[in-house]
Formats: sequence, structure tokens, C-alpha cells
Amino acid sequence: MSGGVDSAVAAARAVDAGHEVTGVHLALSADPASHRTGARGCCSLEDSRDARRAADVLGIPFYIWDMAERFDAEVVASFVADYAAGRTPNPCVRCNERIKFAALLDRALALGFDAVVTGHHARLADGPAGPRLFRSVDPGKDQSYVLGTLHPRQLARAQFPLGDSTKQQVRAEATSRGLAVADKPDSHDICFIADGDTAGYLRRRLGAQPGPIVDRDGTVVGDHDGAFAYTVGQRRGLRLGRPAADGQPRYVLNVDPVSRVVAVGPAEALDVARIEAADSTYTGPRRACRAQLRAHGASVPARVTPGAGGMVAVEFSRPVRGVAAGQAVVFYDEADEQVLGGATISRVPSAVGSVAGADL
Amino acid sequence: MAGPPLLGRQPPGGPDRRHRGRLLLKLVTYLDHAATTPVRSEAIEAMLPWLATVGNASSLHASGRRVRRAVEESRESLAGALGAQPSDVVFTGGGTESDNLALKGLYWARHGADPKRRRVLVSAVEHHAVLDAAEWLALCQGAEVVHLPVDGAGRVEPATFRAAVGAEPDTVAVASVMWANNEVGTVQPVAELAAVAAECGIPLHTDAVQAVGQVPISFAASGVAAMTVTGHKFGGAPGAGALVLRRGVECAPLTHGGGQERDVRSGTLDTPGIVGLATAAQIAVAEQPARSHQLAELRDDLVRRVLAEVPDAVLNGETPGPRRLPGNAHLSFRGCEGDALLMLLDARGVECSTGSACLAGVARPSHVLLAMGAGLDRARGSLRFSLGHTSTAADVDALIAAIAPVVERARRAGVLAGARRG
Repeated sequence: MSGGVDSAVAAARAVDAGHEVTGVHLALSADPASHRTGARGCCSLEDSRDARRAADVLGIPFYIWDMAERFDAEVVASFVADYAAGRTPNPCVRCNERIKFAALLDRALALGFDAVVTGHHARLADGPAGPRLFRSVDPGKDQSYVLGTLHPRQLARAQFPLGDSTKQQVRAEATSRGLAVADKPDSHDICFIADGDTAGYLRRRLGAQPGPIVDRDGTVVGDHDGAFAYTVGQRRGLRLGRPAADGQPRYVLNVDPVSRVVAVGPAEALDVARIEAADSTYTGPRRACRAQLRAHGASVPARVTPGAGGMVAVEFSRPVRGVAAGQAVVFYDEADEQVLGGATISRVPSAVGSVAGADL
Repeated sequence: MAGPPLLGRQPPGGPDRRHRGRLLLKLVTYLDHAATTPVRSEAIEAMLPWLATVGNASSLHASGRRVRRAVEESRESLAGALGAQPSDVVFTGGGTESDNLALKGLYWARHGADPKRRRVLVSAVEHHAVLDAAEWLALCQGAEVVHLPVDGAGRVEPATFRAAVGAEPDTVAVASVMWANNEVGTVQPVAELAAVAAECGIPLHTDAVQAVGQVPISFAASGVAAMTVTGHKFGGAPGAGALVLRRGVECAPLTHGGGQERDVRSGTLDTPGIVGLATAAQIAVAEQPARSHQLAELRDDLVRRVLAEVPDAVLNGETPGPRRLPGNAHLSFRGCEGDALLMLLDARGVECSTGSACLAGVARPSHVLLAMGAGLDRARGSLRFSLGHTSTAADVDALIAAIAPVVERARRAGVLAGARRG
């Protein structure tokens, strides 16, 4: 229970379904802030008090489990390491993979619990080959993407009671149940970066690493004090001194942490026709489906070809833009409803080619 | 609304708990009397009329005088129970306030009288109300904190105290060593420590919160300058306590205002709370010899049977006897996390504590066990079972029925945690 409205209502529904429910709040920071600031809800002491209060209203036991060490090692450290390596990690996906449906789930099972219930907006159904994951009925709140890389054995022990409801319905239900968190704002951004300044956070963790910003022909068009502050597809904050020859806006095309070169170019140079991804949970045959490449983005038609060692190749029927290594790719069926699996993007060859270093 | 205070065995959460169709008919076994113990029915009866009686003890009219009389009779009664003079008793809002008043008030008075006095000597196993007050004096008031080490049982030897005072007794502002430890129940040699303090001209404060009603207490005979007590640990209501402060010992106030309590503590007196405090103290002290005997027998039975069920469990602290609170059992369970044990016992209706302070709801390895030389794993995997005036053999039976499967399960989860920590 994060202290937010979703997990509170999910717990309430689990109680109503007749389960013996215990509320657990994860302490993910060794040095939590006293109060919530901005939209980063879940890690302050105020959030843990909100969660405790909701559990009290539901009449269920409530405990705080200390996973700060594990979170730091599994999520925060890899977040920093990914950026240092020129990738763009998704820490929420990682947290689901390694903390909520790994460390938390393992401890819960060992202590005698049967399942972990969360307030994620997604649907689960039993299928002949194990659990099947679907998008939420609320397309605006659907969170199947951040769950898309979970293994079937993890999903088998998960319950998402909110998938059949819209966020609006969840808030209304919280109000009618007397849960004070009903009007609490949604949380987004990265919970462990309190001020929301990811580049500043990375600079503090990694130190300044100045380098050039170059155009596609190799002309130096600017400089930066850390390639980790840039992500593929980024347009804002480049602070380039002069406009491009064609007058078009320029985007980050590639980030090379070794040479510290950030390459920029026109939007069309971001086009990607195929990617490779690792640690795939997609085990099906080569097939046509849809692929989603970021948390808040539409899926696109794609063809997925499983390879060896959990690798997977994905071809898009028409080029997609702004794909960064480190992000998750999640596969949906052609109806764009059921999750078929997911993987972590490992290689992003440019469709128009000739971006130095892009073929990592 | 929450149910009434927990008295003996009853359904969890009080009768008001909303079960929404599923009835849990489990009984609660309360083994956490060191956290708070049920309010005695005599105290409730004594308090009730005063809740309905108007009057401020500082007022000069008849209503004020009536209330004042109840407060002063309570002062005399409490002093009698604690072996103190009525004029020694400063009523406060409880143990934490009394500890803070003693540490800061004595420091300010002593340091103010002689700026050389900067050192604050506290045992390493004090409650956080003492440790953190001392820490604050160091951070914000220029004090220098000296932690007195303890032996493997958590005891401060008088020689250790003497050595810490050293050749410079005139640099010590105040010293504080608890009467009995809240986690492992070790009873300190308070009178011997007070003798060393007196010899060196240092005021010694003792936190006797856990000791009243469990071991014999005499403020005057102990020789300490100040002593903390609080009602809810022996059957009074929470929110009423006292600092017993020997007359003539200078102490600066924490709170300023009406100066109701010897100008050391301001604030309108809580007449019902004070009446409950004194009533409970009278009974607890009168019962103490028989109660201690009964609790020690129950505790010994508890420890013996837990060790039979879980042979590799370890009893922390002093060997049961006069150096240990009779109601305290504190055990470490190899390979377990204390919070997992607590949760699993709670789910079976057995309520106890990890004994150590929580930080943001997360149990930290006990500073007491670490000071006693225990390793991190032993400090993490410990539970405190504490008995009090409503404890019965059935409470011990309930724990014994639950403990082996709970430890086995917590151990399975602990293996995961251990593997993670690698």
C-alpha cells in the first residue's frame, strides 16, 4: 500500500472478495522525507501514514517492510548505471520486476501469504497456459506496460483488482468507502528523485563529464557536462548555439557515454524500423502483433521473432521514433488488449543509418 | 472509533471492529506490558469522578481547592509509594517529558552555574527519550555526550561510571542510567552508581519507567537526584507521569508558563490522570513482592518452554534473578527477522514487540543488543515478551502453541533475506 488511492481501493476489494488481507507498505528510502512534495507520492513518511490510515479504515493488519537496501541495489544503482552506459532505464518496470513481484513476493510467499495484490490498472485472467495479462478498461490509466516484462510465474501470484474500473470509478469508490486518500493526486515521475531533476540527480551521482554535441556530419554544435543528461528523442534543453542549416529542430539521436559524444539531428533520423531486445518473456512463435515502446504511448504494428538466450527481434511495419535502449518493449495481441510478453530494448539501429555509434 | 482499552483476552481490535461479514473469533494474548499495561480498574474508578468535576488546581475558589486537594493527596500517595517526599514530586505528561526535563533541565542549571560542566554521561542502553535528549544537547547546546559501555548482560558497572567521570568530575553536568532496561530487563546497580555520583558531586538521573511495580523502588534510599516514572506502565492512564526531583537540586524548566509544578513544569495539572497515576502506583507497589514472584515464575516457564520448542533460541540479558525484571523475556531467534516473527505471531493473536525503536515504522537493529556486543543478526532477530498484572499461564500457553511454526516460517523468509545480503 503506497499511501495512494489505487492500492487502498485494491486492498478494500481484496477484503470484500473474502481474502485475509494484510497491508504492506514498502520503505524504499533509508532516509525518507517527512512530507510529500509535488507528484512523487509513495516514499515519504506522510505516504506511509496515509497507507496505515487506509488499512485501519479497512480493519486489516498493516506493516512496513524495509526494502530500502534491496531497492537501492536493484533499482537505483541500475538506474544510474544504465544512464552512465547511455541507456534510458524505466525504474518503475525494474521495481515491478525486482522488488514488488520479486523481493516482496518472495518474502510474502515465505511468510505464508498466497498472493500479492496491487493497485495497478491492468487485468489478469487465467488461461490454459497460465495467467493472461490485459490492458485496463481505462486507456488513460492503463499500466499493463510497466507489468509487461513480468514472468508468468510472477503473474501467477499477482492480483490486480482495479483493472475493470476507470480511475474515476476508483476515486468515487474510495470516497464512498471513507478512504481519505480519495482525492490524493496521482503520482508520476521517479519516486527516488525528490525534486524531479533527473539530470541534476545523475550529475550528483556520476559527477560532471563534459563532452561535445555533434551534428550528423560530425560538426560540433554545442557542449554538455554529462552525456547521461540526454536521452534519445529529446529535443528540449540542448542549448545549441545556432540553428541547423535546414532550420528544422534537432533531436538527440544517440548518446555515447564512452566518447561522451551526444549526436543530434532532424526528427526523421530518429526513425527506427527494427530493434533487438533482451530478457524477453515472449515465448510464442514468430508472429504479427503490436508493440508498445514507452509507458504513455500508443502501440504500433510489429512482427516479433524470438531468438536465442531470451533475445527477440522486433520489426515495425512503419518506422517508429524516439526509441531508446534500456526502455521496455511490451507486445500486445492484434486487438491491442492482451499482453503477450515484454523485453528490454538492447539495440536500436537507425532506419536512415549513418549515425556514428548508434549501432551499439 | 476504537474499542475500549484491552483488558485481558478479548477479540482483536475491540468489539467495534468492522469485520464485514467475516468473524474472527481469535483471542488476543497480550505479551507487551512493557509497552503499556492495562489500566487498573481501581484507577479507572478513582479517575472517573474527576473527569466530571470542574476545577483548575491553581484556582483559588472552592472548585479549585477541591481539585487541588485531590492533586496533593495524589502527590503524597505517589511519594509514599516511591519512597520520596511529596515535595520531590513534579507531575509531568509522562516518561518522555520527565526524561527530557531531567537531562536538559539539569544540564542547563548545572552548565549555567559553571560553564566548565559540559559533559553528559549516559549509558549506552538508555531509552531514546534519554539518548536523543543527550544527543540534542550535544548538537544544539555544546554538550559533550559520553556513552557508558555495558557488559554482555547490559549492565553498567560502577567502576565503568567512575572511570568515565575520571579525574574531571567538575566537567560533568549530569549523568543518567536507567533503573531497569526496557528491552532486555536488566536492573542496574542504581544505588551504587548514585554513591559514585554523590562522591563526585554529580546529579544522577534514573529512568525508572519499567521498574515500578516490578522491583522494589525507593527514591530516597537509592540516592539519585532525579527519577522518571510514568503511570501507564503500571496501570495508570497514559499521559500522566512524574519526575521525582530531590529538593534542592536545581533544574531549569523545559516549558514556561504558570509555573504550577515548583516553577520547573508549567501547564494546568491533569487531575484525573494524576489521581489514576497515584492510585495505580499505590496498588502496584503494594502488590509488588507477590506480583514479582508470580511474574518471575510465569516468565521462567515461558523461557523454558520457548527454548524447548526452539532449542537454538537465545535468552538475551541477565540470568533470571534479582538483576532482571521479573516480567521480561527477550529472546533471539537465529536466522529470523524480528518484524517477520512479530507479524506472524500477531496473525495468530499473540502480541509482543521487537523491543527496539522503530524508525518510520521500520524496526532497526536494537542499540541495546548491539551495545551488549550482540551481532547484527542476533539484534535483528529478537523479540521481547513482557508480562504484567493481567498475565496468566494461558498467555504463556498461547505463545508456546504458536512459537515453533512461526519461527520455522520466519526462518524460511529469513533465508531469503540472508541470501540477499549475501
